[in-house]
Amino acid sequence: MTDLPILSLAIWVPILAGIAVLFTGGDKHAHIARWVALAGSIVAFLVTVPLYTGFDFSYGGFQFQELIEWIPAFNIHYHLGADGIAVPLILLTSFTTIIVVIAGWEVIQKRVAQYMAAFLIMSGLMIGVFSSLDAILYYVFWEAMLIPMFLVIGIWGGPNRVYATIKFFLYTLLGSLLMLVAFIYLFHQSGSFEVIDYYQMPLAMNEQILIFLAFFMAFAVKVPMWPVHTWLPDAHVEAPTGGSVVLAAIALKLGGYSFLRFAMPIAPDASAYLSGFMITLSLIAVVYIALVALVQQDMKKLIAYSSISHMGFVTLGFFVFNQLALDGAIVQMISHGFISSAMFLSVGVLYDRMHSRQIADYGGVANKMPKFAAFAVLFAMANSGLPGTSGFVGEFMVILGALQANFWYAFLASTTLIFGAAYTLWMVKRVFYGEVANHHVAELTDINKREFFILALLAVLVLGFGLYPQPITELTNATVNQLLMHLSQSKLPIGL
Amino acid sequence: MDAIYYDLATALPEIFVLCMAMFILLLDLFLKPNNRFLIHVLAQFTLIGAAFITISTYTPSVSYAFNNMFVDDPFSDVIKVMMYLSTFTMLVYTRSYIKLRGMFRGEFYALVLFALLGMMIMVSGQHFLTLYMGLELLSLSLYALVALDRDNPRATEAAIKYFVLGALASGMLLYGMSMFYGVTGSLNISDVTQALLVGVPSHAVMVLGLVFVVAGLAFKLGAVPFQMWIPDVYHGSPTAVTIFIGTVTKLAAFAFVIRLLIQGLFVLAGDWQGMLIIMAVLSIAIGNITAIAQTNIKRMLAYSTISHIGFLLYGLMSASMNGYISSTFYIVSYTMMTLAGFGVILLLSRHGFEAENLSDLKGLNQRSPWYAFLMLIVMFSMAGVPPTLGFYAKFTVLQAALQAGFVWLVVYAVLMAAIGAFYYLRVVKLMYFDDVEDKSPIVAPFSMRLVLSINALALLVVGLMPQPLMNICAYAISRSLQ
Repeated sequence: MTDLPILSLAIWVPILAGIAVLFTGGDKHAHIARWVALAGSIVAFLVTVPLYTGFDFSYGGFQFQELIEWIPAFNIHYHLGADGIAVPLILLTSFTTIIVVIAGWEVIQKRVAQYMAAFLIMSGLMIGVFSSLDAILYYVFWEAMLIPMFLVIGIWGGPNRVYATIKFFLYTLLGSLLMLVAFIYLFHQSGSFEVIDYYQMPLAMNEQILIFLAFFMAFAVKVPMWPVHTWLPDAHVEAPTGGSVVLAAIALKLGGYSFLRFAMPIAPDASAYLSGFMITLSLIAVVYIALVALVQQDMKKLIAYSSISHMGFVTLGFFVFNQLALDGAIVQMISHGFISSAMFLSVGVLYDRMHSRQIADYGGVANKMPKFAAFAVLFAMANSGLPGTSGFVGEFMVILGALQANFWYAFLASTTLIFGAAYTLWMVKRVFYGEVANHHVAELTDINKREFFILALLAVLVLGFGLYPQPITELTNATVNQLLMHLSQSKLPIGL
Repeated sequence: MDAIYYDLATALPEIFVLCMAMFILLLDLFLKPNNRFLIHVLAQFTLIGAAFITISTYTPSVSYAFNNMFVDDPFSDVIKVMMYLSTFTMLVYTRSYIKLRGMFRGEFYALVLFALLGMMIMVSGQHFLTLYMGLELLSLSLYALVALDRDNPRATEAAIKYFVLGALASGMLLYGMSMFYGVTGSLNISDVTQALLVGVPSHAVMVLGLVFVVAGLAFKLGAVPFQMWIPDVYHGSPTAVTIFIGTVTKLAAFAFVIRLLIQGLFVLAGDWQGMLIIMAVLSIAIGNITAIAQTNIKRMLAYSTISHIGFLLYGLMSASMNGYISSTFYIVSYTMMTLAGFGVILLLSRHGFEAENLSDLKGLNQRSPWYAFLMLIVMFSMAGVPPTLGFYAKFTVLQAALQAGFVWLVVYAVLMAAIGAFYYLRVVKLMYFDDVEDKSPIVAPFSMRLVLSINALALLVVGLMPQPLMNICAYAISRSLQ
């Protein structure tokens, strides 16, 4: 371990890089803005690497802690720390930012500096969410992250972007404000905003249930769980490719992560009490949303619904309360980060050439873009959970874990292996195979070096974690153990 | 003899502002039109001088003067310094606006200073009559300021509305005060408090008086159901006056409430608490929901003010030290946000063109990314999104209300805040997502650009480091209210 404040660097390097990019000026200097952004994102990634190399795998608590007084009037601290659940997500965030910067390289021609800056700043804020151990600090990062995302969808988005972005913002804001009320309530009970203090605090059942529901409103919107998922397809469809990638790869994980960080350990009895409810919602997402995905005409919408369905696995894995399922859920979060990025980037590649996301406008693309088709088919396979890809590992672990809890949970969850394959492969068939559908498709050119690079990078990761998921489970193991131990102890006040 | 010196020394800032206001009024008669700049400089000098006097004579103790009719305590000092600062900023913002509209005259500055003097007396009044005198000095100056643009029928209409309703409210306030006098035999706030503590013969009459006083105060603050004048006056007044009404006078009205309700009538807290709750709940709902329907940005900000007053009342209705501190923090934050918001509107107005429709903000990001960014900060701050100051303002009042046990009222408030976020987002949408229609360049004096930038960035900087401002508010309240 070094003495450098690694987490602070991980948060502030991208934010400062983003501000620097803003000062490169208008679109006349777009070229400079791009290179500064790329350099910034690479440096920002490099400063997060020590989180992995310096991590103590046997310790389940928070590492790399930093504690500074911030607002003493309310006992609020600038308190950072990361455990085995946060570290992989932080690495995923800083890595995805590089991908996003490269993916927007020549696609974005309008207000380039602002675009790049928004993603860099957002990256820093999201790492802040993953590493805050003070509730208000966490809340500040959580909400502040909405501002750049709001602008990204609204400025660079599609035709219906205003509706989509305002819906996204208000949905998230409404949920988060209730979470804020829960935090203030906990503050008045405990006199502190320290998350770790909340873990130890006894709470009566009705308090726990209300607190859990307030958290649920915030996190379920973000995950998103059925039935508060409706903002996601809109936001995904309208967002530029980079926006979709960040939304799917990271923003959704904020919700999942927060369940593990706040809702479950702070209200363990309520979590157990409401687990049936949570599992039901998760299974509805897995099965019903998969069926919804099957009938989509728009590729981005299809992937958006597929994301919701996959995130259903994550919440399912959380609430069956065993090691296998919880590990699986975390692996699923990381793997979904790679796969959904790759899927959205693939749609982006097609959209940049054809300016259409409608499946019906395509057909026989494989004839014209063989290299691209190879990647796309690989990612589609991963998305449908083919063994050997990272998509399989998480789902399989969650299904096995669910089987230990209840046969029917596992049965319903495993239908996704059928439906997931159905909607993904059917889309691939219609877009890539068959005769060349029209003269637009006939004019398609294969991917250039830049696109090849990012898709290849993701392909390596998808296959790598599919064959060898050890690095993730190694990181999470100790923390998951400790979390399950904590969850098994009741926090109800004795004698009540 | 010594007593008189002591009294005069306590009221030195007021005396200084009074002398300067009269001097400016006189000087204006002898100045040629192209030397009017001097008036502006003198007015600014007055504010700096007053700030200097207030700060240099500052003591952490509470000192009374003029037979306990006037008080100088840390609370009054903090609010007064905030008033000088806001008035200073407002005068910087409005200089070119009033110049282009033929209002760049001595009267404007003299009236602003007289209004300021009235407010300073309101902040320091310790006697019902002192308070009322300050209030009337403020109100009369404001009526004249609203109507200063004589040939504008809308401004005249606004002035008449303001005058009629304002006089009514003053009447109610006086009527309530007279009942207090009838029951307690005194108009002095400390004596009234003492009498209440000992026990008054008729609680019912006190409560009846309280109803009138609260109604009068609610009118001055602009809380529902006494909010009707706010949109019309905000809309009708020249923007240079709207910014004054929307910021500095709200500080004074808040101080007025603290003096009357919190300091004078805290014994009746059980009675006024319920009234404040009703007004807070209604203000947040009506302010936020009606603002959505507005197309005029001044009207939108008027309704936004009403909802902010609702949040302010959340702190007061908690009837705890924590609540009063939170409300003080809220009103100071509100003043900073509103100043910057109107500052941008004034910036976009130019000769023969009033930027007052929401559509005038379209594509501001293409015209000037910097000012669009500043307005973005202001809007997110008003919506209460971190890391801006507005978030901490809402956070503090909500935690005070929650501590006082109003859990469901707090949940209600955050739901309304989410509704309210919509119309602030719409402004951001217009600036960033829409294409520019009006391509004319933004011209403004350097001083205005500088002060506006500092003002808006302060929302972000204080948002990241809110502790000093919180400390000041906590100190002012806890030192002054025992």
